[in-house]
Order: sequence, then C-alpha cells, then structure tokens
Amino acid sequence: MFDMNWVMRNADDILGLLRDHLTLSFIPILLGLMLAIPIGVACVRWAWIYPIALAMSTAFFAIPSIALFVFMLPYTGLSQLTAIIPLTLYTVSLLVRNVVDGIRSTDDSVRQAAAAMGYGGIHRLVSVELPIAAPVILGGLRIATVANIGMVAVVSVMGLSSLGDLFVDGTQRFFLTPILVGIVLTTALAVVADLVLVAVQRRLTPWSQAGRNR
Amino acid sequence: MNPFELVSGWFQDPANWSGATGIPSRIAEHLQYSLLAMLIAALIAIPFGLVLGHLNRGEIVVLTIANSIRALPTLGLLTLLVILAGIGLLPPLIALIVLAIPPMLVNTFEGIRNVDRFTVDAARGIGLRGPSILWSVEAPVALPLILLGARLAAIQVISAATIAAYVGLGGLGRYIFDGLGRRDFSQVIGGSVLVALLAIATELFFVTLGAAVVSKGVTRRSKKIFTATGLGIIPGVRRKATT
Repeated sequence: MFDMNWVMRNADDILGLLRDHLTLSFIPILLGLMLAIPIGVACVRWAWIYPIALAMSTAFFAIPSIALFVFMLPYTGLSQLTAIIPLTLYTVSLLVRNVVDGIRSTDDSVRQAAAAMGYGGIHRLVSVELPIAAPVILGGLRIATVANIGMVAVVSVMGLSSLGDLFVDGTQRFFLTPILVGIVLTTALAVVADLVLVAVQRRLTPWSQAGRNR
Repeated sequence: MNPFELVSGWFQDPANWSGATGIPSRIAEHLQYSLLAMLIAALIAIPFGLVLGHLNRGEIVVLTIANSIRALPTLGLLTLLVILAGIGLLPPLIALIVLAIPPMLVNTFEGIRNVDRFTVDAARGIGLRGPSILWSVEAPVALPLILLGARLAAIQVISAATIAAYVGLGGLGRYIFDGLGRRDFSQVIGGSVLVALLAIATELFFVTLGAAVVSKGVTRRSKKIFTATGLGIIPGVRRKATT
C-alpha cells in the first residue's frame, strides 16, 4: 500500500512542494494581519465603518476559494500572486472582526487608568489596547492559518506548485503513496503552525497564564 | 477582449443553458450533492451536539475532533477516497460530510452549553425534566447559533462541491475543470461566478430561514451574540454568552 521507496526517491521534490506550500500559506497570513489591524482600529474609531466592513467580509467569505483563484488567473497568470491575493483577503475578512472584538473587550476602567497615566492616542492603542486584544486576534489568526494551509492545496489543480501537487499526481496515476504523504504533511503543517501560534500567544500575553496556577 | 466581455459572452450563449451540460442541470447536480451531504452531516452532528451540550460533557473530544478535521485538506481526503473506493458519488459525498460536521457540531455544542443557567434553572423550577428542557428551552435559545453553524457548513460544502468535478462527477465544478483543461477561460470564470452566486444565495437563504424559525423572544435577546460570532465560535477563545 505505502511505497516508502517512492518517498525516498522523491524526497527533494516533496521538500520543494512543502516550501512552496509554506510560502503560499504564510505570506497571506502576515499580509492579512498587517492589513487587518489598521482596518480593525479604524472600525473601532469610526463605528460607522464597522457594519460596512462586516457585510463585506461576510459576502467575501461566501465566495469559494477556487472561484477566487480562478478570477485572478487573467490578471496574475500562474504566479504565486494568484494564490496570495485571495488568501490575504480571506485572512483580512476573518481577522477584522477579531481585532474589533479584541479592542472593544478592553475594560473601560483600564482605558481610563491608561488615560490617567498619560497614555493617549497611538501610544495607548499600542501599549494597552492591542496587548489586551492579542488573545482574541491570535485566536482568529489560528483559524485563518489552519484554513489557509488547507485551501492552498487547491491551487495545484490550476497548475501552481503546492503540496496539493501530490494529490493531483496520486489521482492521475491512481497511486496512494503521494496522497497519503500529502495529507500527512498538510495536516502536520497545520498542527505545527497552530502550536507555534499558541506558543506565541503565551509569550505575548504572559498575564493570561498567571492566574492558572491554582 | 477583457475577461468581463468573455464571461458575459459565455452567459449569453444559449447553448450553455440547455441539456445535460447546461447551467440549470449543473446547478441541480451541485445542489443535489450539497444537500445530501448537508442532510447526512446534520443528522450526525446536531444530535451529538445537542446531547453533549445538554450534559455539558466532552468539550475536549468535540473541539479536538472538530479542529483536526479542519486541518484535513479536502482535496487530499477526496483523492484518497477515490483511490480507496473508486470513482462515484461516495468519495465526494464522504469528503463533503466530513467538511460539514465540525461547524455544526461545535456551534450546536457551544450554543446549548452556553444557554443562560438561570433560564435552565427556571425551566427546571416550573417542572420540566432533562429531555424537555433540551427540546423546549435550550434548543430554541441556541437555535441562532445552530443555524449559524449550518450556514457556515453549507457555504463550505457549496464551495467544496466544486471539487467533485475533479474526480469525474458533475456539478458546477465541471465548467471550471473542463475549462482549465481546454484553456477556455470564459467557461472557467463563468463556472466560478455561478459557484459564488450559489454560495451567496445559500447565505441569504439561511438569513431568511433564521428570521422565520427563530423565536421572536430569542431574536431580540440574542441579536448581539449572533452578530458577534458571525464566523462561528472560535475554539480556545471563550466569549461571554450574553453581553
């Protein structure tokens, strides 16, 4: 059933696919986070933007990823941008809600205390509100990461390189090994990325652990 | 010719609207796979969610199963099933069911579990017992979240049903994969537009359904929860059940 020799012979190619898969799933996560924070902050400052942003992100989420990848084809061809742009937009629409919820979860008394200590504007946002929002933002980031890693595999049916190539290859040759390798690597990638984010969250918000040692 | 003209040309061609490969029959096939998968997934996920949520048991099991399924690539699962079970309706159906279970299971479970304790105590106080509390108090109160789970699942299923065409089945994915094979982009993009429209129609269907079946009292009270968790409950980040 499982052909270990095939894996050994193709180890280099498989690693190459893994690298492409990583690139295609992590660049959108980073870009998405960088865009979602200012958008979320704007939604909190100017409340009227938020319903518009919510409606847009809900509608956007209804569009299947494969459809979006295909829409990009005439403009970006078979470059990595074809995957990166739609996945970035997905990440943004998932994260904006969490950024807004996170910032809003800052207790008013905390905000007032910060103001009393002389924190205002950007300074308060960066050193008080965003740290408090971090667990909620990272919660959204975990979902976006796992979702992106799964969605990236689909780009292989259009001819872009990712771990999905292993599924395409396995189907075309009716050969189980590449498919199993692909599933194991994609899932492992998702699990490892999730664990990394959990570790990042612990590091960024040490106070969330403080109360747990009963 | 720009992409928009190409696609509108494809939509205006009468040949694309009739017969077994026409748009109406492809939409019918797509809906058939999606509905069947949603029904079976709901029959598995919702009862488990209701009972486990009512008993408030199995949090770790439910969330772990849901999260690990989420990490599974649908295309990989589908191709694996095709190799194991051969070409037919079964592999895509199973892949879609597996995809639809987590959002419905998690939302039902969390929805029931987070029903206000006072409400449940009040129900017990007026003489209701376990199953009737679940059926006539907890389920109606959790209904907005359960429907939200079904909506998220349905959108993912509609989107993923496209991939059924990759292993030789019909549905709207046929246009995408046949078009990619023949380098006919008007067809590829036309198919994608149809999938997107179908997904948006599904979204609107659930919004309408929610307005029709959710009790008026619950709608008023839970409006905030419903919008706050628009993308489903995020495991690991517990939200307050009410404001």
